[in-house]
Amino acid sequence: MKKSVNQLIFAVGVLVVWEGLALLKLWPPYVFPTPQGVAESFWAGIADHSIWIGIAVSLRRVAIGYAISVVLGILLGMWITWSKFLQDTLGGVILSLQSLPSICWVPLALLWFGLSETAIIFVTVMGSMLAVTQATKAGFDNVPRILSMAGRNLGAKGPQLFWHVLLPASLPYLVDGLKQGWAFAWRSLIQGEMLYVTLGLGQLLVAGRDLNDINQVVVVMVLIAGIGYAVDSILFRKLETSLRDKWGTAIAAAN
Amino acid sequence: MTNYVLDLFSRSIAGGRVLPERDELSERVKPRKDAPTGETAPNASPAPRRESIALSGVFRSYANSRGSFTPALQNIDLEIEQGEFVCIVGPSGCGKSTLLHLLAGLDRPTTGEITVDGNPVQGPGTDRILLFQELGLFPWLTVRQNVEFGLKMAGISRDERRDSARKFLRMVHLSHFEDHYIHQLSGGMKQRVALARSLALRPKILLMDEPFAALDAQTRDMLHDELERLWKETSPTIVFVTHNVREAVRLGDRVLLMSFRPGRIKSQFQVTLPRPRHVEDSDVACLSKEILGQLREEIDRSFNAEYSREEKR
Repeated sequence: MKKSVNQLIFAVGVLVVWEGLALLKLWPPYVFPTPQGVAESFWAGIADHSIWIGIAVSLRRVAIGYAISVVLGILLGMWITWSKFLQDTLGGVILSLQSLPSICWVPLALLWFGLSETAIIFVTVMGSMLAVTQATKAGFDNVPRILSMAGRNLGAKGPQLFWHVLLPASLPYLVDGLKQGWAFAWRSLIQGEMLYVTLGLGQLLVAGRDLNDINQVVVVMVLIAGIGYAVDSILFRKLETSLRDKWGTAIAAAN
Repeated sequence: MTNYVLDLFSRSIAGGRVLPERDELSERVKPRKDAPTGETAPNASPAPRRESIALSGVFRSYANSRGSFTPALQNIDLEIEQGEFVCIVGPSGCGKSTLLHLLAGLDRPTTGEITVDGNPVQGPGTDRILLFQELGLFPWLTVRQNVEFGLKMAGISRDERRDSARKFLRMVHLSHFEDHYIHQLSGGMKQRVALARSLALRPKILLMDEPFAALDAQTRDMLHDELERLWKETSPTIVFVTHNVREAVRLGDRVLLMSFRPGRIKSQFQVTLPRPRHVEDSDVACLSKEILGQLREEIDRSFNAEYSREEKR
């Protein structure tokens, strides 16, 4: 209750300051958006369906890209954890590739796949998969030794040890990685969408700039941030709570 | 006579094998309806007590950071009888835990041989369950699921393992907590869950690594009583490591004193005091004092070793 009251006060405060600055007319209107202008732009986007289309197209892409990066990321992470050779070799490569901004994958994607849906999804996957890989590896590396010893001691071997001890024990790390992977996937997607006519939210953002429409730019930015936050809460909030409460095994909810 | 009956009973539960095949294991772990109880043991010809665990010339050393080897255990020769309760005391760093890990098959001796019922130990097996000092309970499972874990690994059906887990949770007085998660329990309760989890596999040998070290005195007293009762009911061989001499005398048939690094068995004490004993009994105190005298020399040696190492830095 207290929290929501605080949030309400903050939101009203921001609006008042914003409106006040706009009324002072310190900057020309194409540089400084007004609250009314942004609201109008939002309703216009809703009315002509461009916002709906942008959201639908972007969400569909990120769903595909994220799913691919989760599956491949976890598999790769497991592979690296248990192969000394891959750890010595690919381990460093992955670290260095992770420092690559995902937009750097765009030229490669365009050369390989052309101006296509595949190119955008490729950029999304490359932007988020390695975070999942790293978290998977960290998760398995950080399973307390006592737990795997206890598991072996109680008769778990090979696959049993994996499914019943190592996987659940590494779940807290894994969920962290999946969360981070989601944030990276969403960012990478928007970056990819900004480069050519793609119908997604990234494209709407660029269109706003091309039309010198600062209101649309702000609307789309708020939408992108808001959707990123909302999906994060829907996918992970509950999972994190249940992990915190009991270290649950509800990994299915993350996919 | 009691010993002989216990012996027969433990053998009948345990099946007498190291590293059994999977199907044999699941058969062995199942609760046996036809297992002879103490009173109705078959009238076989009286056999001498059999040795359960035998170590001969066991050495274990570890590579250290300076590229040489630190000996942890040196020339351990030891025989433990079936159903015996053996306590091992020694200063920290004497290799007590290492010894238990070797017995559990979680670690291997550098040289020497360890046999259980005449079969060399080649890896972990559910006939020898180690109770870790840190317990190693699974935080993502409920109390009952923790107790069921070993049975589940052995492929025992859901109903059977639930019944079995409930039975052992009753034995450690935790029936009302079966759906709790581990972090919701007190230290003593966690200990009892770990004990139930180990006993549920009906191990022939129970290895305990300072299990009660982190508990308050009252809880520890209570768990001593419980452990003694459970030992009588399920009659495993117990090897119990502790740094608490009184605890060792309170519980053990025999107390082994280990020397500071490298760990050797320095002396042995047969404890013939009648059970049930209590840590405050004067007889217990008296024998403890004798053992403690010898232990103190080893503790002094370990202190000196630590100090001289610090000076070298």
